[in-house]
Amino acid sequence: MADIAQDIPVAAQAPPPRTTGMLGWLKANLFDGVTSTILTVACAALLAIAIPPVVRWALLDAIWHAPNGQACRGAGACWAFIGEKFRFILFGFFPVAETWRPVVVVGIFLLMIAAACNRRMWGRRLGILWLVGLMVVFALMRGGFAGMSRVETAMWSGLPLTLILAVVGMLLGFPLGVLLALGRRSKLPAVRAICVGYIELIRGVPLITLLFMASLMLPLFLPAGVTVDKLVRAQVAFVMFAGAYLAEVVRGGLQAIPKGQTEAADALGLSYVQRTWLIVLPQALSLVIPPLVNTFIGIFKDTALVIIISLFDLLTTAQTALADVNWQGFYVEAYVFVGVIYWSFCFFMSRYSQLLEREFNRGKRR
Amino acid sequence: MSEDRRAAASVIELQGVHKWYGQFHVLRDVNLQVQKGEKVVVCGPSGSGKSTMIRCINRLEEHQQGRIIVAGIELTSDLKNIEAIRREVGMVFQQFNLFPHLTVLENLTLAPIWVRKLPKKGAEETARYYLERVRIPDQADKYPGQLSGGQQQRVAIARSLCMKPEIMLFDEPTSALDPEMIKEVLDVMTGLAEEGMTMVCVTHEMGFARTVGDMMVFMDRGEIIERAPPKEFFANPKSERTKTFLSQILAH
Repeated sequence: MADIAQDIPVAAQAPPPRTTGMLGWLKANLFDGVTSTILTVACAALLAIAIPPVVRWALLDAIWHAPNGQACRGAGACWAFIGEKFRFILFGFFPVAETWRPVVVVGIFLLMIAAACNRRMWGRRLGILWLVGLMVVFALMRGGFAGMSRVETAMWSGLPLTLILAVVGMLLGFPLGVLLALGRRSKLPAVRAICVGYIELIRGVPLITLLFMASLMLPLFLPAGVTVDKLVRAQVAFVMFAGAYLAEVVRGGLQAIPKGQTEAADALGLSYVQRTWLIVLPQALSLVIPPLVNTFIGIFKDTALVIIISLFDLLTTAQTALADVNWQGFYVEAYVFVGVIYWSFCFFMSRYSQLLEREFNRGKRR
Repeated sequence: MSEDRRAAASVIELQGVHKWYGQFHVLRDVNLQVQKGEKVVVCGPSGSGKSTMIRCINRLEEHQQGRIIVAGIELTSDLKNIEAIRREVGMVFQQFNLFPHLTVLENLTLAPIWVRKLPKKGAEETARYYLERVRIPDQADKYPGQLSGGQQQRVAIARSLCMKPEIMLFDEPTSALDPEMIKEVLDVMTGLAEEGMTMVCVTHEMGFARTVGDMMVFMDRGEIIERAPPKEFFANPKSERTKTFLSQILAH
């Protein structure tokens, strides 16, 4: 069969009709066969049933202005409640006259996050920016200088508290997690044992237990007269908790790095620290971005648990706002409001992580 | 040259080296001297310990008995010595082991910058020089994943050369390559040999061994069975095992 040989090249032809363009897309994605068509119609019907009432409740029938809760009862949402409690939900018990301080604090957080997202900023400058930023945050919240009244940490509440707990928890928990993950793979049995013990212990108890321990048990172990601020104790519990969870995620990444990578680094004379920092971690971490962000999102939302040691995070201030006798019963509005805030942060983390993944996977694309 | 004189002039010296993996005795009383500028080709059936031996020379594997002296430094568990030796010994792997998250240029400049503490600019100049040498100057800004196997292996050779090593170790550098790419890698290695680099190559490329090698070493079951200059080695092998091996690989 040696005569099957083709010397005449096949000219490029147009694709078959209805595989490209708008019609092609509709056919491929919505009406590709009987099952697909039925599903498309069913989904459209469901949306047609579900969306109008929501729109009616949230927008058309909603009450935007009202002097009190009584005047705000109707078929729709009472956004007047949010307008009334807006400041309290966001900033809680922070003195009303000083509201500008937590506003600036939230602004600083958003700026620092924006800076951290810009890859060109990565490096020493960013570290300094964050260090200074966090010190300013602390100084603004605490006050007690330059005419600003002193505000005890017990008064720190709402969104600033949530952001402080979450951001510092991630910021310190992440390096702790990386160290624990590296330690768990150490050749030294003692280091390994300590890391495994720590991870299994912290991961094995609920965060609530840790927070209780930090707030109730820890003071019992401290010598008389020594007190540690409750917020600091909660923060430490968060960092410890985040570290243990992140450690296992990072370890997953470390295990996926082929042995040849460390051998090549060794053969070039790189030290352990150089090898880990330059070769192993960049690859390992970029592999585990999805589970890392998953854990970060979890940590962010877990800050709501500080309610049990009576710290007033964003969710708790919303619940407290509901207790006002003049404005009772607007649960849905309150939870939708804080839900949207939580969701915005989490959705942002999720989107940004996808962008990072694409960036880091450049090298793997052909 | 007497055995003592050889030892004194050698840059790699293995004396009575033994190694076990658990109960398995992989290296059995291995003795080897490599002199400056010498090209030693190590061959043998798979599982004969040739890769293990070459990997002991830069301590990717640890030997348990005997002495290994490289560039005048004895390999012990002292990390300082190990790192000093690794700076002087380049290694090329079967699987290339380029760093996939770094560009070709970054792969080449990483160790000079961090280990040799060279300024970035100087390191990049050196890197471009060696990329030219391995004939892929235009790939500097690509990532390893975008290159063919042969190109990747040449980058890996250039990466080792950027450290200006005294000795180059090659661990089956062409075994993972498609046949049409083997030649481009062997050409680079031949060029390197002609410039007087000290080389230890584990390879099945007998044509390369014949033209470039000064000394053939045949290993089987963890022992060095035979060593001889290539001409003699191929023309009249002394041991039965060598004869069997040669008949197997030269048959096709």
